[in-house]
Order: sequence, then C-alpha cells, then structure tokens
Amino acid sequence: MYGFLIGVGVLLLLSIIWMVYRIQTLVSVVKGSDKKVASGSNKVNAILFVLFLVGSGILMFWYSIKEFDNYQLPIASEHGMVTDQLFWITMAVTGVVFLITHVLLFIFPYKYQYSEKRKASFYPDNNKLEIIWTIVPGIVLAGLVISGWMAWSDITAPAPEEAHVVEIMGYQFAWEVRYPGTDNVLGDYDYRLITASNSHGVDFTDKNSIDDFPSPKVVIPKGEPVLFKIRARDVLHSVFAPHMRLKMDAVPGMPTRFWFVPTKTTAEMREELGDPEFEYEIACTEICGRGHFSMKKVIEVVEPEAYQKWLAEQKSFIQMNPSLAEGLPAETKELAEIQLKK
Amino acid sequence: MASASVANHDTAAHDHHDHEHHDNFVTKYIFTQDHKMIGKQFLITGMFWAIIGGFLSILFRLQLGFPEMDMSFLRPILGGWIDDTGALDPTFYLALVTMHGTIMVFFVLTAGLSGTFSNYLIPLQIGARDMASGFMNMLSYWFFFLSGVIMFISLFIKTGPAGGGWVVYPPLSALEQAIPGSGLGMTLWLVAMTFFIASSLLGGINYITTVINLRTKGMSFSRLPLTIWAFFLTAVIGLLSFPVLFAAALLLVFDRSFGTSFYLSDIYIGGEALPNTGGSPVLYQHLFWFLGHPEVYIVLLPALGITSEVIATNSRKPIFGYKAMIISMLGITILSFIVWAHHMFVSGMNPFLGSIFMFLTLIIAVPSAVKVFNYLTTLWRGNLIFTPGMLFSIGLVSFFISGGLTGIFLGNSAIDIQLHDTYFVVAHFHLVMGSASFFGLMAGVYHWFPKMFGRMMDARLGYVHFWLTFVGVYLVFFPMHYIGIAGFPRRYYSWTNFEFANMYTDLNMFVSVAAIITFAAQFIFIFNFFYSMYRGRKATLNPWRSNTLEWTTPLYPGHGNWPGEIPTVYRWPYDYSKPGAEEDFIPQTVPLSATPESNLPHEQELVKLELEIMKEDEEVLVANESKH
Repeated sequence: MYGFLIGVGVLLLLSIIWMVYRIQTLVSVVKGSDKKVASGSNKVNAILFVLFLVGSGILMFWYSIKEFDNYQLPIASEHGMVTDQLFWITMAVTGVVFLITHVLLFIFPYKYQYSEKRKASFYPDNNKLEIIWTIVPGIVLAGLVISGWMAWSDITAPAPEEAHVVEIMGYQFAWEVRYPGTDNVLGDYDYRLITASNSHGVDFTDKNSIDDFPSPKVVIPKGEPVLFKIRARDVLHSVFAPHMRLKMDAVPGMPTRFWFVPTKTTAEMREELGDPEFEYEIACTEICGRGHFSMKKVIEVVEPEAYQKWLAEQKSFIQMNPSLAEGLPAETKELAEIQLKK
Repeated sequence: MASASVANHDTAAHDHHDHEHHDNFVTKYIFTQDHKMIGKQFLITGMFWAIIGGFLSILFRLQLGFPEMDMSFLRPILGGWIDDTGALDPTFYLALVTMHGTIMVFFVLTAGLSGTFSNYLIPLQIGARDMASGFMNMLSYWFFFLSGVIMFISLFIKTGPAGGGWVVYPPLSALEQAIPGSGLGMTLWLVAMTFFIASSLLGGINYITTVINLRTKGMSFSRLPLTIWAFFLTAVIGLLSFPVLFAAALLLVFDRSFGTSFYLSDIYIGGEALPNTGGSPVLYQHLFWFLGHPEVYIVLLPALGITSEVIATNSRKPIFGYKAMIISMLGITILSFIVWAHHMFVSGMNPFLGSIFMFLTLIIAVPSAVKVFNYLTTLWRGNLIFTPGMLFSIGLVSFFISGGLTGIFLGNSAIDIQLHDTYFVVAHFHLVMGSASFFGLMAGVYHWFPKMFGRMMDARLGYVHFWLTFVGVYLVFFPMHYIGIAGFPRRYYSWTNFEFANMYTDLNMFVSVAAIITFAAQFIFIFNFFYSMYRGRKATLNPWRSNTLEWTTPLYPGHGNWPGEIPTVYRWPYDYSKPGAEEDFIPQTVPLSATPESNLPHEQELVKLELEIMKEDEEVLVANESKH
C-alpha cells in the first residue's frame, strides 16, 4: 500500500515538475528573456543567498546553544580538559573566519548582481593583499599548531613509573582486560599460546604472569595515572573512551599504549548527570567486522582506597584455573603454588 | 590581405580535414579516440556511478535514521541481505559503506570529474587538435570501464562486496575469516582497482604530455586558464601517488593469496593461530594514505580549477590573483604528498611522527585559505550573473570553507584524539572533498554543456536543482558535526549498545530524510541533462561570453576541434570588463594590437613584438600556400 502511495506521489511530483518546466520555457520564449544576459531569476537567486545566510545562521546558533549539553560530553580525564580547551579555542578562531567569509560570500551576490548599466571593476591582483592573507592565517595556524603540539607531547609522553597498568585486548567482537597483579608488571604473552582456557595467550612460564588476573570490566582509581596497554588478537580495533577523551588503535603484532589520569569517579559522574545508571564506556572506532558496533566495555572509576580494596579481592588466572599451572618449570610452579594457597 | 590568405587556408584545411575521418558508429561513440567523446563517456559513466553510489548511501541512511524500520520492501534488490525480520544485515551494512566510499571517491569524483573535464577541456582550452595520444586516451576510458564492470559484479556476489571500509585496512581485508566480504568481494575490489589505477595513469600521462607539448602558438603557461593548471597539477599528483596505491594493493594480494606477511602478524582468528609474523598493518596505512591524501586533492583541484573559470566568467571580472592561485595550487600539490599520516595520529605510530605531520598539515591550510580569499575578492565589485554553473561554484566555495575549517580541528593531533573516526570526520570530508568536488563537477557540466552538446540546459531547473542540493547537503552534513562532537563512531550499524551514543535518534532521522530529498533532487538534473541534450534550446557559439579558446570552435566541433588553423593566443584568459574596452570581455584570440583602447601600459609595449611575430607568421603562411 505504502509502495503504491509513494509511487503515485512520485508520479504526481514528476508531472508537476514537467508542467512547470514546459510553461516556464514557453513564457521565456514569449517574453524573449532567453536572449537577455541576466533574467529576473538573477535577482531571485541573489535574494535567496541572503535568505540562506540569515536562515541557516539562525538555525545554527539556535541549535548549537540549545543542544550544547547534549553534544558536549562531560570530561573525566586531566588531558581531556586540555584537548577540549584546544577544541573550543579552535572553534572560536575558525568560527570567526567561518562567519566573516560566509557573510561576504552571500552578501556579495546580492550587492553585485548583474546590471547592464554597471561594469565590473578590473581588479586582477594586489600582491600586498595576497601577502597579508598568506601571513595572517600562517601566524594564526602557527599558534594553534604550537599549542596543539605542546598538548600532544604531554599526552604521548612516557607514562609515569607508578601508573596503574591495565591491558586491553581487542578481538572480534569484544574486549578482554588483564591486570598485572601485585607486581604491576604484565606477564609475557604469545598469540600461539591462545587456547579456550587462555584467551589472552598469557605465557605462564614468565614469573610476572603468575599474579596476572582478568576482569570483566576496567576498574581504575581516580586521580592516579593509569596506563592502558592495548593490543589486538585478530584485526585492527581501536579503544575509544569518549568521556576520557582517549583513543588508540589496537594493532595485531604491535602493542600500543595510552596513559591518562581519570578525574571523576563513576559515582561522582552519576551524581553530576543525575543519571544513576551512568557508566563510562569503551567503544571500538576502527572497523573490524560484523560486530564492530557492539564492542562495549565498561570502565569503573573508583576512589583510590576502593581500588586497592578491589585489587586485593581479585583472583589470578591460576587461582581461577589451576590447570594452567600444569607443566610449568619448577621455579614458576612454586610461585604458582604460593598463589594457589592464598 | 592577411585575413584573405588565412581564409583561403581555412577552406583548404577544412576540406582536407573532412576527408580524413570516416567515422562509423563504433569508432565515433564506442572506441573513439576523440577527446571530446571520451570526455563525454567519462561523464555519462560517472553519472551512472553517482546514482549507484548515492543509492547505496540512501540504503545505509535508512538503517541509521530508521533502525526499527521493516526493510522487507528492499528484498527484491537486496535479497538475502534483508533477514526474516526485515532488518538489514550488519555485514552488508559495512559493505554498503565501503562501496559507497570506493565508488564516490574513485569512480565519480576521480574518473567522473577529472576524467571528464581533463579530457574534454585540455585540448579545447590550450588549442590542440586532440590529446597527445588518442589511443592511450581510449585505453584509459576502457580500463576504467572494465574496472567499473568488475566492481559492479562484486556488488552481486553471494558473499557480498568488499566490506572493510573504503580504506580496506588489513588484516580485516586480508582475512576471509574476519568478514565474508574479504573473500571474493575483496579480490574483485583489488582487480577493479588495478584496472582503475592503470586507467588513471594512462590518462594522467596524456594530460601532462598534452599540456606541455601541444599548446597553441602564444599559449604560454602564464596564459593558461586556471582549469588547465588544475588539471595539469592533478595529473602530476595522480601520476606520483597512484603507483603507491598499486604497490600497497599488490602486497595485499601477496598477503591474501601467497602466504606472505607484509601486513600480517600475531593473528589468532577462527580458533587458530596464523603462521604470519613480522608484518605491520601500519605499513599498509602509510602506503594507502600516501595515495589517499593526495587523492583528496586529485578530486578537489579540478573542481577548484573549474570554479575559478566559472566564477571569473560570470563575475565579468578577472580572477583575482591569477599568479597567487597558481602558486597556491602548486603549494597544495607539493604539500599534499607530505601530510598523509594525519589520518593515522592514533594508529599507534610514533607520536613524534604525529607532531611532524601536524605541522605539515596545518601549513596546507594556508594556500587553501589564499584560494578562498581570492574567490571572495573576485566576487567583490563584480557584475554577477547567476547561471546554474555560477551558483554551483559559489556553493563550492561555501563547502570548501565549512569543510576546510573543520580540517583545522582534525589536523591538530591533540584534538584529533577525540574526533578521529567519529561523525565529525564524516561531516568534514563530505563537505570539503565530497560535496565541494561534486559541486565543481556540476558547475562544469552546466557551464560546458553548450559546448558538449550544442544546446543549453534549462536554467530554471538548474536553479531548483542547485537550491535543493545546496540546502540539502548542509542539512545532511551540518548536523553530523554535533553527532561527531558527541563522539558517535563511524561505520556503526547502530548506536543503541552505548549509553553515550544512545541519543540523537531524531537528528539521525532528520539527516536521513534530508539525504533522501537531496538524492531525489539529483533526478531533476538527470532529466535536465538528457532532455536538453536532444530538446534543449540551441546554444549560441559563446553563450557565457567567455574568453577561453573552446568557445572559438564551431557549435559542433568535429574531431580536430577547429576547421582550419588553430587560433593563436595573444593574451591571458581573464580580460573581463577591461577599462576602455567596449564589450566586457576580450577573447584570448584578440591581438593586443587590435585593442589599443584597453591595453595596459605593459601590454602596449608588447604590441610591437606581437606585430613582428604576426608578420613572420604571415610570411610562413604565404610561403606554404604557394607550395600547394
């Protein structure tokens, strides 16, 4: 039924367009306006440009102000404050340029529309002007680049020694999380060791891996540096934590990293937003296949004390599945057994 | 006396010319070596692909705008990709996005724009009989055609076309286990792209050779229309960057079929560990973007060239800063090769490299800004005639500004952390590259249609087409900035899994409706195009009262373009509204000595030189005549 109605609608529309078209062709032939350089529609188009300028300008400002709290996600990391500030500075600079150039672009057509009485002014060049509008954007851009570069250098600098390490591994189509345990050092891994019971491919012959533990969500302390060590098991993925202003690709064969300092606990953010259900989320932002849109992981930011308490409660891979310790060399086996007795 | 001898020569050459060609249907319309027909072939093929590419985008916009919609009515076209509940298959959604990107970037905006107008305009505007090699030019089209056939077939195979995004990053594109489209679909994609690259190179070599060698007498580089400068530089960029894409694709073929590990390492997929080690997916990204970024300028520069010409003509004013325009295009050409890694700030490459590429990227904004200011100054105190071509050119400048400015955000690596691969990027490149280039294409078609087909397109349908498209494009892409700032990732089948993105269903619906209307508006153009081709008003020889050489050809130029001698060029192409001149334009073929009333002081000095050269020419002509 809908299909039929749509079909009729399209047919009607086409026939109306056809008639309008024929009529206006005939009219223009009768009036001889097709011989003129610029017909009456020249004025109509000139006016439409001005209307477009005013209309779209109002719409843009109205929507940008009305929706601000919706599209401006609250910030929950230290560097996020910096990058967002840069974002809004850039917005101010480009916004001014945007407005000025568009006002000129749409006012000129109105002001200088064709008139037979007038002749355009022959103004082929002005080197002074060219130099000015090469140098001024150059200086403005240099300012933006340098501030951006300083922020970028800080963000990508090596993580502080004491940063809490969390490994995030992407695979089709989920994330897995591994913590380094009490030694804060992740054990080695090798993708050839991956089995059903060892999805991370952790190499348990490495002493550092004995206390490593998995977690269904990323738990991190507020106000302390956190280092995400990121890797992928099959294809490219990308860790994106929008509230943390954090993004880094997960690359098979090439571990990547991103460190940051969370500034608000989940509870604080829930209160701020008045949303008791709120969770920080990780999404995937590198196309990875059918389930690309469903790779979600929750980040829970807690107070440092609560974090220490949570750490102490976690069970290592070995504790959860003692069979992983089978066949290990004597030295590591001993460590594993100590773990198991805890 | 002089004119008499020229006229004699004209008729002689004309007779000669007519005997030379015996075109039948096949050599005239199919395997033609006439650059004008090849240009039209590119145009029509490009329009076909634009409809396909646009239609694919409507399909995925339906999914994004109306996720709950029952799409069973699409089953006649999409078959099994619509499941029993009437929902679109998520894998096919990715294939749609991939094919939309590939088709639009390569088939529509590279072949359809640069292929059409480089072919059509270069010989006409520089005063040449044809391209340097008509045969290579023909091959260029037919490689493109073959490439299109293969890509088209890939849309219909059982496992679906390539689905790894138009950038086809491995390992996703290398492993059939990862996504079904990486099987036969990806193979066909690679084969099609290989033919496409061959087509681009054949075309590019031809454009460059023709511009360098076949300019008519007097057509120095400093008298070339900006269109030709743009096509020339575009061809240079293509010639230097497409081979790198070929290399990237070739290594991908090795990885896919011959067990090498250029891009693959440490992969566990489908329950088994693959033997590949030591490869780097980031290597592919470097190679791909070494083409991928210049590609942006391959599609944009011709559009900017066309706009320069159309704006100058319809402002009845010389383009402001002709030399500055050329220098900024040269700057863009060179810089376009050293900014590629700004697509990779968060790919895991060394952050130091990120800093370098941020500096280089923001430098490229300067020549772009200069171009915008020059366009604005050209409009200033002009005498503007709003032909449809002019409207589309002004629209292009608007998109170029809007999309260019958001590039300043994305080129800043610190800000890009948040915005990378969100809808902000989608909005950015659809405005600055997609829509701007598309508007350049439209401006070109409206402007040169009278030359191509000897008839005028209907102006009012053109106005309706312009306003619907211009407003439509902004309604589609402007809201995407908000969605992007809110962090919505690209290439998502649905956002409802995430709390932070579980909003803006209204805005997405709005965007989808706007997209459908904008797409529908294109059929006004299609109608206008084909109707005017047969029933449009007969064009006059120089309908826009333009200066360039193509308007000195007959209404229906034959193969060889000018009956008789190719005209000589005496001035630059932008002598509009010159003080002292009676008309508001002086074609390039009018000698300076014929216009003493409007010559500038430095031109007056050239008159003597010009007269000497003309005298010599005449002697040569007379000598030739007596030999006959």
